[in-house]
This record gives sequence, C-alpha cells and structure tokens, in this order.
Amino acid sequence: MRYIDEFRSGELARALTKKLAEAMPSGRELALMEVCGGHTHAIYKHAIDELLPAGLELVHGPGCPVCVIPVGRVDDAVSLALEPNVIFTTFGDMMRVPGSKGSLLDARSQGADVRMVYSPLDALELARANPEREVIFFAIGFETTAPSTAVTVLQARVEGIENFTVFCNHVTIGPPLKAILDAPELRLDGLIAPGHVSTVIGSHPYDFIAAEYGRPVVVAGFEPLDILQSVLMLVHQLAEGRSEVENQYTRVVREDGNPRALKAIEQTMELRDSFEWRGLGSIPKSGLRLREEFAEWDAERRYTVPGISVPDHKACQCGQVLRGLVKPWECKVFGTACTPERPIGTCMVSSEGACAAYYHYGRNRPKRGSVSA
Amino acid sequence: MSDEKPARKRKARLRDERITLVHGAGGKATHNLIEALFLEELANPLLELLGDSALIEAGGTKLAFTTDAHVVQPLFFPGGDIGSLCVNGTVNDIAVSGARPIALSAAFVLEEGLPVADLRRIVVSMAEAAREAGVVVAAGDTKVVERGRGDGLTVTTSAIGLVDERVSLGDEKVRPDDKVLVSGTLGDHGMAVMIARGNLELEVEIESDSASIFPLAESLFVLGDDLRWLRDPTRGGLATTLNELTEACGLCVVLEEKALPVREQVEAACEILGLDPLYVANEGKLIAVVAPDRAEEALALLRAHPLGAEAAIVGEVESTPEGLVLLQTAFGGSRVVDMLAGDPLPRIC
Repeated sequence: MRYIDEFRSGELARALTKKLAEAMPSGRELALMEVCGGHTHAIYKHAIDELLPAGLELVHGPGCPVCVIPVGRVDDAVSLALEPNVIFTTFGDMMRVPGSKGSLLDARSQGADVRMVYSPLDALELARANPEREVIFFAIGFETTAPSTAVTVLQARVEGIENFTVFCNHVTIGPPLKAILDAPELRLDGLIAPGHVSTVIGSHPYDFIAAEYGRPVVVAGFEPLDILQSVLMLVHQLAEGRSEVENQYTRVVREDGNPRALKAIEQTMELRDSFEWRGLGSIPKSGLRLREEFAEWDAERRYTVPGISVPDHKACQCGQVLRGLVKPWECKVFGTACTPERPIGTCMVSSEGACAAYYHYGRNRPKRGSVSA
Repeated sequence: MSDEKPARKRKARLRDERITLVHGAGGKATHNLIEALFLEELANPLLELLGDSALIEAGGTKLAFTTDAHVVQPLFFPGGDIGSLCVNGTVNDIAVSGARPIALSAAFVLEEGLPVADLRRIVVSMAEAAREAGVVVAAGDTKVVERGRGDGLTVTTSAIGLVDERVSLGDEKVRPDDKVLVSGTLGDHGMAVMIARGNLELEVEIESDSASIFPLAESLFVLGDDLRWLRDPTRGGLATTLNELTEACGLCVVLEEKALPVREQVEAACEILGLDPLYVANEGKLIAVVAPDRAEEALALLRAHPLGAEAAIVGEVESTPEGLVLLQTAFGGSRVVDMLAGDPLPRIC
C-alpha cells in the first residue's frame, strides 16, 4: 500500500540497524524511553526491539491515555454512568478498565446505558438525537484528543445543547515527563517524544528536557522506520555529546504545533491545581478541566461524583511499568491473574499499554532486563 | 470420530457474575463461557469436540449437524444481508466439517414494527443463497417480540450435511511441516459491516465476502487424508481461528506477513482505525491445513474456483513454541499473533 509500505521496508530497516550498530558509543549501555504508547505498540507489533544492537534498550513511558487514568476516576465514571436518565459515552478501551467496583462494561450489564463512540462529536450527536436524555462524554487523553473535546464543547455552546456534558480527564504531557526525569531510581539517556501529541503542541514543550536535564529528545513518527531512524538520531546525539530537541516526524509535526487546536484548548480548558495519575501520584498543573464559563457542560459541576482517590490493586505494578521501572513481564501478575481478557491494571487494557502490547505480540521473545538502578 | 481426547491445557473457569459483551466477541471470554458453563452442564462426547459441526452416525450414515444464531447490525450491508449470511454461515460450518450440506432450518425472532418489505427482501436473499449453496430450508419457526426487544430481526439456522467419506478432519490430524492456506482476502466482511454502520465516516467501498464455501471445500476433498483441517475464519478472524487450532493440537503456526492476502481498501481502513485484518471477520473464506507435498496442488484446486482466485499459502505448522501462532513480519522480525480479547476497537489517538 502506498505511503505505508515505504515506511515498513525490511531492506531499509537492515541498512538502518547496521548504521545503528556502528553509531553505538563503545562500552556504553543506553536506555531510551519511548514516551508514547503508540510507539510501544508499533515496537512490539513490528518486532523492532529485536533489531536493536546489544547495549541499547527501549524503556516504555507513560504516554498511554487509558493507562494513566487512576482507579478513582474510573469509579467516578461508573458512578456517572449509573445516574438516572444518563447516556454515558466513552472510547471503547475505557469500557474494560476495572474500577474498584467493576468496569463500565460491568455497569452496562447492570443496566447503565454506556455507549462506545469514536469521537466526542458522536456523543454530541447522541445528545441532539435524544433531547430527553442526559449525555455525558468521558474525555480522556493528552493534548492529542483535548482539541476535539474543546471543539465539541464550543459547538455545544453555539447550538445551545443543554443535555450534553463532558467528564474531563484530559492531561498534559510535560509534567509527567518532568516527574519521571526527577525520579532518582530510573536512568534514562534520551527520549523518543510522542508524534501525535507533538502535532498539537509542537516540539518546544520538550526544550526543558534538553536544556535542564541534558537529555536529547527526538519527536518520532509511528511507522517502524520512523522509530528506527529516531533511535539512530538519539544515538548520534549521545555519541556526539549533544542534547537537543530534534524532529524526525517532519512530515506531520511543526515546531509550533497546531495553533488553532491549542487555541481551542486554551479557550475552553484550564489547568487543575493538581491531578492524580496512575503510578505517578498527584502531579501539580498536569490535568485540564473546563473553564468556569463552560460550567454548564462540565459533568463534574453538574453531578456529584465520589472523587475518592483509590489505591491500585495491591498486586498491580502498572505504576512502575508506566515509569519504566518494571518491564511488563516482571510484574507478578502479568499473564497470570492479569490478562487482556481480565485486566487488573490499565496497562493490560489499552492496545497502547505496554503490558497488552507485550502480551499480544512479544511472548515469544527473550526477556531483556529492566533499567532501574 | 477419534477416540483421542483433545489436548486442553488448562481448565476454563467462569468467574463473571453477569454476561457482558466480551462474552460474545469470540475471544477468550467466549471460550471460557462455552467450556466452563455450556460444556460443563451439557457434557457429552459429541459436544466436547467443539467442532464447527457435530458428527453423528445414524443408521450407517455419517451426518454433520450444526447451528448458528445470526445477529447483525445493520441488517443490510454491501455484499449481503442477514438473509444470505444466515444461510452461508451455517452451510460453511457444515462444509468445513468435510460434509455436503443438505437441509437447513430457520427460526426467526421478529421485532414488532419490522417492515414486511424488509423481511421479504431478507427471505428472498435467503432463498437465493440456499439455491446457490445447494440446500433447502426444510423447517422453520417464527416468533414476534415487543418493540425494543428484538434488534429488528434475528435468525437462528441449523443445518445437516452428509459427511464425505474421503476425508477425516481434525485438530489431531495436523502435523509439523503441514502448510496453511487461505482461500482469499482477509477481513472483507467485518470491515464492510463496520463501515455500513455509518459511524466511522470512512468513504470506502468494501463488500462483504458472504458466500457458501462448500465448492471450495469440496474441491479439496480429493486430497483425502492429506487434507488435515478446515475452518471458516468468521468472528475473531484468521488469528483467533488459528489460535484455536494451536491451542487444541499443541503445535505452532508460523504465518508469513507478506503472503497474507488483504484487499488494499481493507488494509487502508484497518490502518486508519488501528485494527488488524488478521482479527476481522470473514464469511466466505476457508483456511486449510494440508500435507506439505500436496500444498501446491491444494492451491491450484482453490484457485481454479472463482471464490478462490486469490488463495495463498500463508504459513506452516511447526512443533514449537507450543500452542502459539507467530507472524514473520515484513519488517524482518517475528511476533506473537494472540487470540482476540474483546471486540476489536479503533484506536483513540
């Protein structure tokens, strides 16, 4: 298929891996974090990790929108879904994430009207079509999906649709990266920055990583050759002692991102003082909520949600997986008590979760060790 | 029928308190439900084999017997409708059991308010599919349920067929080095229906492959014992069907990504949605496992029929790693192809 096959050529991959092996600084072990779950998925799906030279390791990061939602927020969602007269709409992956009293799918089997949508605009359409019902949209994701929620809320205001609200769980990518870089237990040499988020925010938000933490960053695309090339760019920087923000995904990502999308977010949302992340705890100024002027469309203002912080299942190590401290297969319940079919933690639910990616694609692989100090 | 007990590794457990949609998606939860509830309570030697059809000996005749409930939204989609689907789906289960379908029964559950014109269109389509498949609809039943309780229309069809004496198929017949063939492009039906639902806003023309595959299956019966195993990869796609095989026989199947036939439109739609054609349903395809020295002959037999024009040898059976399906990626690596867990979902971002 055109525009796809070119980025998956086995021949070019062999040439790149050869260059990569030559570029590796001798005697050094390198650990690079692929921040985005989409990258993790592609790495396992195309078995890219098998092509890397010895001494080079990829560490999975926190960039999976489903994975970072803490148990307490899932409980809030289930509680909203069980409100009378509500149609609760969500992306499909969130349906199976277990809360402390079951998942949205369980709520649905108990009579809650939970529906899968592909976009918040689909949820708004449901609100138009069912004026006697209350439609709530479970908004999750980084700056990648936040603009579509923002645009939907703006549209709801333009049309004066009153039976539509958003349960806003949007988060920003910068703060968790800072939290990971500040943690003493993980040694990282560089970051493969998320491509889709960067289409919105551009590459400048990563400048602090290169400047303050001295770590090179490369914004990467999602095809296997994109990822290999980005790894090569990082290794070149490290071998040359540079730490810069470079953009491999130039066919999509601009330095300044997408100003219109950013404006829509800015217009409708503001940073919360603090937001709880699975595995990373509460991080100041990391989550978004609707601005006061859009209170009418804010589910958290229109309804009462429990809002209780609930610890992860005690056997679950998603938190450590999300911080790159534990490899999926090192978790005690991986593949036994926790499977994609019956997940305990979020990393096993989403196709972008490191555990699900490894479970689906990687179980035939030799297991490489973790990088925690 | 073989006396050997199928090799099942672990005992399935059903811990759920309620049925959720995951139980119907054809993946692991469906298997658990079948094994830990239905098989547990209805245990008998015919059912325990969990074949596409039960093979029954009666008065010196060997019969294949199967049933299938059909629920699809929308009722009409490019390339077919619930009428053709409910004939072909059931007939195909008979065909892959190594039998010639003879007769069908059909039980309709109609929802109050269903337009009679729609029902007629569906039944006309059934009649046409039955004619093409060489079967008659010999018995039927109709019930009407209140509005809101019926999804428009559901049909359950059962079928009997005469087992062809030349072949004897089964998980236990599969040997290392055997070749795996598919009769044509993957994922057409599932993607056609997903797009026909209209909420993806993809403008691409993909038709369901709904068809009777009996002529394809029959063309392979001349291979005799060298034809080891046949299945139609419906819900859960090629990946799930092959995982069922490897789990049952304890061997490994290695697929070659470059060899997998996938229509460009299907591949493109899957790319956009983040789906994998290996997991998308087919309704007019068969997978055959044949002895290695007859693989080319089998391929020629399939390609001789219009429905098998795009048939391909896509992989082979190996002895290890036990119970896994692997894919040699076009990119040069190798990965696991797991069984589907839950419905395939488009990606979020």
